[in-house]
Amino acid sequence: MEIKVLSTTHCNCQSLENRVQQIVDAAGLDASVEKVEDLKEIMSYDVMSTPALVVDGEVKVAGRSPSIEEISELLNAS
Amino acid sequence: MIEALADWLIYGLAGFSETTHWGDALHFFVYETVKIGLLLVVVTHLMGAINAYFPVERVRALISSGKLRGSEHLAASLFGAVTPFCSCSSIPLFIGFLQGGIPLGVTLSFLITSPLVNEVALALFIGLFGWKVTLIYAVSGILLGTVLGWGLGKLRLGRFVKEWVLEMAQSQEASEGPERRSFREQWPSISREAMEIVSGIAPYVGAGLAVGAAIHGFVPTGFFETYLSGSNPLGVPMSVALAVPMYAGASSVLPIVQALVAKGVPLGTAIAFMMAVVGLSLPEALMLKKVMQTRLLAIFFGSVGVSIVALGYLFNWVL
Repeated sequence: MEIKVLSTTHCNCQSLENRVQQIVDAAGLDASVEKVEDLKEIMSYDVMSTPALVVDGEVKVAGRSPSIEEISELLNAS
Repeated sequence: MIEALADWLIYGLAGFSETTHWGDALHFFVYETVKIGLLLVVVTHLMGAINAYFPVERVRALISSGKLRGSEHLAASLFGAVTPFCSCSSIPLFIGFLQGGIPLGVTLSFLITSPLVNEVALALFIGLFGWKVTLIYAVSGILLGTVLGWGLGKLRLGRFVKEWVLEMAQSQEASEGPERRSFREQWPSISREAMEIVSGIAPYVGAGLAVGAAIHGFVPTGFFETYLSGSNPLGVPMSVALAVPMYAGASSVLPIVQALVAKGVPLGTAIAFMMAVVGLSLPEALMLKKVMQTRLLAIFFGSVGVSIVALGYLFNWVL
């Protein structure tokens, strides 16, 4: 699984990346977590508000920082 | 009720007299902190809830659908008001709107109002200046975005947008955004985010209120009338210029401004100052520089700045 956290500086994005990493570690998921800060790459997902969570190329969440429960749900479903 | 609490705490429990400087200042601090704290919690939740109904993807789809028949600028400005603003999301929004086929002028309407009318500023305005001034502030902010966006749209400024943005806007197709969840499912995260906003700005608001309280208690009434009064013709532009570098402390500045108004600074000058603090922010300008050529950025900020000064004069004259 390929997980990307799209973020722009000084937003609430740091905490999202940490939460995702935590869940991946705790569940022992076979997944890569990457933080994307490049504007062009962020816009290639057509995301208009950050932070955003992209799993295997699909935008799952944009413009808010989802809870641990919601992230686990999303990751387990993929 | 909050008044009674502050009375009991400062005059009763701590034993300060109502007539001393310290008693006055501390009473003001306790009363305003509790009241504004409550307002911040309520308003951030409310705006979070409204925003859950109108995520940006939906706003974009509605504006570009052509169903609004000429009221696109007003709609963009209104949506900008209810969207929580963060200078870091201004660029994705800017490009995303252009990608969705929304004209530059309409996009600018959104960009002008979004920082100007935001949940934190509204909560502070209600708490410090009351409903009437808050309404004047919000309505004039929304109208400013509507009219300026419309005017700037007439100037055919599209050529001053950076090339890579235009290329991207043409090559990309607008998507509908991620799947939406029900309001009930969203509520816990709305509430959590609202509380994150409140706790994030709490130290700044507290610091601002402390300074405001000191001014209330110790500076004589009418003190500033001599220096910043309506009769000083340059009061408004001076305060707007002073406001630009203050963005980081917007939530500290408002309580101080309120105290200044109480001591004789004209209300219109104060409103113009606040609009400039939140609406003309340097961090936002630096972000927008990545997508706009300097010329467009200068026209954009220049026209917003001039309009704010004009509004300040108007309010000083009318209010």
